[in-house]
Amino acid sequence: MARLRYLPNVVTLALDDEKCVGCGMCALVCPHAVFAVENGQTRIVDRDACMECGACAQNCPAEALSVRAGVGCAAAVLSRRLRGAGPAC
Amino acid sequence: MTGPRLATSGCCASAGDAAPASEAQRRPIEAPYVVGTVSTAVGEVPRVATELRFTDKLGSWKARWAMGRMHYAVEPGLYAVGTPAPVSPVLVSANYKMSFDRLRSQLGGRDAWIMVLDTRGINVWCAAGKGTFGTDEVVGRLDAVRLGEVVEHRTLILPQLGATGVSAHEVKRRSGFRVVYGPVRAEDLPAFLDAGMQATAEMRRVRFPLRDRVALVPVELVGSARRALFLGACLLLLSGLGPGGYSSARAMAVGSRSVLLLLSAWLAGMVLTAALLPWLPGRSFSAKGAWVGLALFLCAASYEWAYGGLFGNWPTAAAWFLIMPAVASFMAMNFTGASTYTSLSGVLRETRVAVPIQIACGVVGAALWLVGRFM
Ligand code: SF4
Ligand code: SF4
Repeated sequence: MARLRYLPNVVTLALDDEKCVGCGMCALVCPHAVFAVENGQTRIVDRDACMECGACAQNCPAEALSVRAGVGCAAAVLSRRLRGAGPAC
Repeated sequence: MTGPRLATSGCCASAGDAAPASEAQRRPIEAPYVVGTVSTAVGEVPRVATELRFTDKLGSWKARWAMGRMHYAVEPGLYAVGTPAPVSPVLVSANYKMSFDRLRSQLGGRDAWIMVLDTRGINVWCAAGKGTFGTDEVVGRLDAVRLGEVVEHRTLILPQLGATGVSAHEVKRRSGFRVVYGPVRAEDLPAFLDAGMQATAEMRRVRFPLRDRVALVPVELVGSARRALFLGACLLLLSGLGPGGYSSARAMAVGSRSVLLLLSAWLAGMVLTAALLPWLPGRSFSAKGAWVGLALFLCAASYEWAYGGLFGNWPTAAAWFLIMPAVASFMAMNFTGASTYTSLSGVLRETRVAVPIQIACGVVGAALWLVGRFM
């Protein structure tokens, strides 16, 4: 089956190499294999696969990761846009 | 621990907020899935069955069709599987009944503890996103069930998808318990446990197979049925309009065809998009749905060409050329919430582009359709 991929070049994920201690926690919790750890060095290898769930940032002990976490749900986005602030997804 | 294959959630928003699992005394001891108790240092702990019964399966089926899902919760607290000892592993679950069922059904022949969090009857994926499956709830529940007195180790196994709401190092700092993230799917749990709490890369990946995509359709159908039926009724009424004033015979004749076209676009936008997701062109859901709507229009147009009688005149044909892709596109877009790989940033961009086009097609299409009534 073809791999499902969403829109390219949109996600807000950022990794701060200075702060990263290479623990690998982000790679472990990420459900879309966005990270790779090689010789204690963590890299973003598949950025467009990120769904902005925020699990990596939440579990990074060094606060080296940032991402605007949210749920990619059109219904919630639209109701928020209509009512100003609607229910989060 | 659950297998949040998401096959039951739909968009978290459309799942609705389940009633909080009230502290009201729905005694867990009397629940149909409880088979006796286990004595511990803190008293009797209910033991749960690892076989799902007919009522469990019926309940899952109903929840899938959005029937009575508000009450589909398990009482939060500590449960036992088999005859667990103080060294037995502790698995953490959401209190959505289906999550809980999926977890216990994987534990046949094992001894373990299950700590059920209060996620207000919502599955792990959605609850973690909302923060109810979160660090505070884990730490609070540990305290409430006095887990530290029941087990002698200090390890919790959480479903990987809970990581969105839980911060492992925070739990450790605040409670002394180490969080180990288990596999994404409950089916992989036995292998994970047998491998000494090691998950393979495959077990850590979220996928979105056909089975899961199709299982999500009913909830989406039910969720949008009212709006679709309302639009259909409007079409039926308006179909009576014509050159010689209003005619209810015409309303039935033209109206039934119009409703058929509208509802087929609505249905196809959801069902076909869900089923054919990987093969439809485009990355955005709205584009995928528009293709489905267009294909459907072409089917209708070939019918018209062969037999006639479906559109009647060219403004009506043009109207459906615009309306069917717009409706299917909109419905497909709403499937983003149910999918397992869409990012918020992506959806923001997609809706910004697609919604104005959908509205424009809908409005122009409706105008053309009205013109068609008078030709
Ligand atoms: S936000 Fe989620 S999907 Fe994106 S990199 Fe982090 S863990 Fe992976
Ligand atoms: S979790 Fe944080 S510190 Fe650990 S490897 Fe990932 S980015 Fe680096």
